[in-house]
Amino acid sequence: MSHPQSRFGIHGGQYIPETLMNACIELEAAYNHYKADPDFQRELSDLLNNYAGRPSRLYYAAKMTRDLGGAKIYLKREDLNHTGAHKINNVLGQALLAKKMGKTRLIAETGAGQHGVATATAAALMDMACVVFMGEEDTVRQALNVYRMRLLGATVVPVTSGTATLKDAVSEAMREWTKRIDDTHYCLGSVMGPHPFPTMVRDFQAVISQEIRQQLLEQEGRLPDAVLACVGGGSNAIGSFYHFIHDPQVRLIGCEAAGRGVDTAETAATIATGRLGIFHGMKSYFCQDQYGQIAPVYSISAGLDYPGVGPEHAYLHDIGRAEYVPVTDEEAVEAFEYLSRTEGIIPAIESAHAVAYAMKLAPAMRPDQIMVITISGRGDKDCAAIARYRGEDIHE
Amino acid sequence: MSNIAQAFAHGKAFIPFITCGDPDLETTAQLVRAMADAGADLIELGIPFSDPTAEGPVIQEANLRALQGGVTTDKIFAMVRTLRASVTIPLVFMTYANVVFSYGSERFIRTCAELGIYGLILPDVPYEEKEEFCPLCRQYGLDLIAMIAPTSEDRIAMIAREASGFIYIVSSLGVTGERRQISTDIKPITAAIRRVSQTPCAVGFGISTPDQASAMAAQADGAIVGSAIVRLIARYGRDAQQPVADYVREMKQAVRILM
Repeated sequence: MSHPQSRFGIHGGQYIPETLMNACIELEAAYNHYKADPDFQRELSDLLNNYAGRPSRLYYAAKMTRDLGGAKIYLKREDLNHTGAHKINNVLGQALLAKKMGKTRLIAETGAGQHGVATATAAALMDMACVVFMGEEDTVRQALNVYRMRLLGATVVPVTSGTATLKDAVSEAMREWTKRIDDTHYCLGSVMGPHPFPTMVRDFQAVISQEIRQQLLEQEGRLPDAVLACVGGGSNAIGSFYHFIHDPQVRLIGCEAAGRGVDTAETAATIATGRLGIFHGMKSYFCQDQYGQIAPVYSISAGLDYPGVGPEHAYLHDIGRAEYVPVTDEEAVEAFEYLSRTEGIIPAIESAHAVAYAMKLAPAMRPDQIMVITISGRGDKDCAAIARYRGEDIHE
Repeated sequence: MSNIAQAFAHGKAFIPFITCGDPDLETTAQLVRAMADAGADLIELGIPFSDPTAEGPVIQEANLRALQGGVTTDKIFAMVRTLRASVTIPLVFMTYANVVFSYGSERFIRTCAELGIYGLILPDVPYEEKEEFCPLCRQYGLDLIAMIAPTSEDRIAMIAREASGFIYIVSSLGVTGERRQISTDIKPITAAIRRVSQTPCAVGFGISTPDQASAMAAQADGAIVGSAIVRLIARYGRDAQQPVADYVREMKQAVRILM
């Protein structure tokens, strides 16, 4: 029987080869054990605070608020974390857990390279071996992050199968895990894959909404009216939403990568264009053709360039608790430039998708309303690609 | 009795795998006939999937070739319908959960039953998720083939007890593909299965030589070979019939002598 804890409504589950089942069962047992262990929690908090730099700032974006002339805008600055993105929250949790489980090697997939860099960082810190699978196309788009991972001691394996992007990196990491389970933990980077990953990664990222809630109560004495975050697999979004799910007055808005538009084939907006399916260990929504072949998706953002979405987002969509909106490349690039000029903050192109929707939504809200945008990562890694998008040839 | 049982009624079974539509469906149909004539006992027909996460490079590439050639689930069904008029060998489909699910699980499984497909192998559907497809398979008389891996350990009895058709023993960690050596000791796995189930067991993953096939079949009821055959098809394309038939004959010979 399907494990009830593995489901979010009809979504989730453990659709994986038998070879991996005991590894996932063992992981779940270890996670449940250490989740309740005060020593583990203390060690993790210490790493998050003193190594990663938490809590991250909740910054009142006064200029942007004035300029857009609507809701009061706060930015949750996950870009200020060590390694420059929210990914480190999850990675420190998983690496510490893997270490406790006696694993000596971490493997990971990466799209933009942020999760790969975070995993390589944690592996260096905890004396673990590290192999990162990255679509060959992404190794070109994000060459600097490839160098970073190598500098940190990781091996980067360019993946040439399929579309040579994030989904193929996930497939290759899964294949590698079935080859070598004893000493290896698969440090999955998002709230996706088979149970227990969607739950475990969400718990590690939930620190984002826990802090937003506390910081906003301190600064404003109340909860936000809307929380916005970009969604690929959906880890920074679920982290930003989690502690508000039971506050129905807080709108939760996930911003998907529409690429060149949801009416084109060059899109990665799963909830807008996908159908229910089973892939990469989970039941959820996927971009696919009528025969269930997974579609080659596209976005300017290597981190959102994934044909599926985490099962908890699929569920929040089904029950209408969260809204999911598509944002095009062009809108995201404009928001990337806008936030840089307006607040002096260069957001990751992934996070710029959330900023873009905020630019549409904020003017339609009242000045006494509050919006929080999660800036999931910093945009240094994207500068060369955005320059190229704008027709400037920059060499990193 | 399961229809698949007849595959194990003539001593140790030899079970070849090919990907439908690699390089095209006419070749697939010819290969099925050739392999049946050469002594195969059951044939696994792969329905290609864009992202075959349990496959090594050889079968991944076959999936890609087939999809690039425009193969679809409906075209494969049409090919099997024609083939069934002249071929009686037991056939099972091997594919991924999403191919079945997105077609409409009931529509897919009902069509399989109409076509004389006896079972389904879905490597991304473990015991915990089998209820997704198992009740429909039972309703239409197909077997959902259970898989047992070197890492299954304490799960073997639970899986074997509910298995039907045959049990697919995964010989090695990792993905499909030929291996110089198969280091897993299959004996304790088959012994654990035999304590709770009489369902025939076939071993696959990594087998390519007659010696490996005979060593594996000696400890089970049959041997499954995929990548080595797919490699022949990659090499000979539309002319693969003869080399594949020769190979199947040699492999069947290697397992047949073990009674």
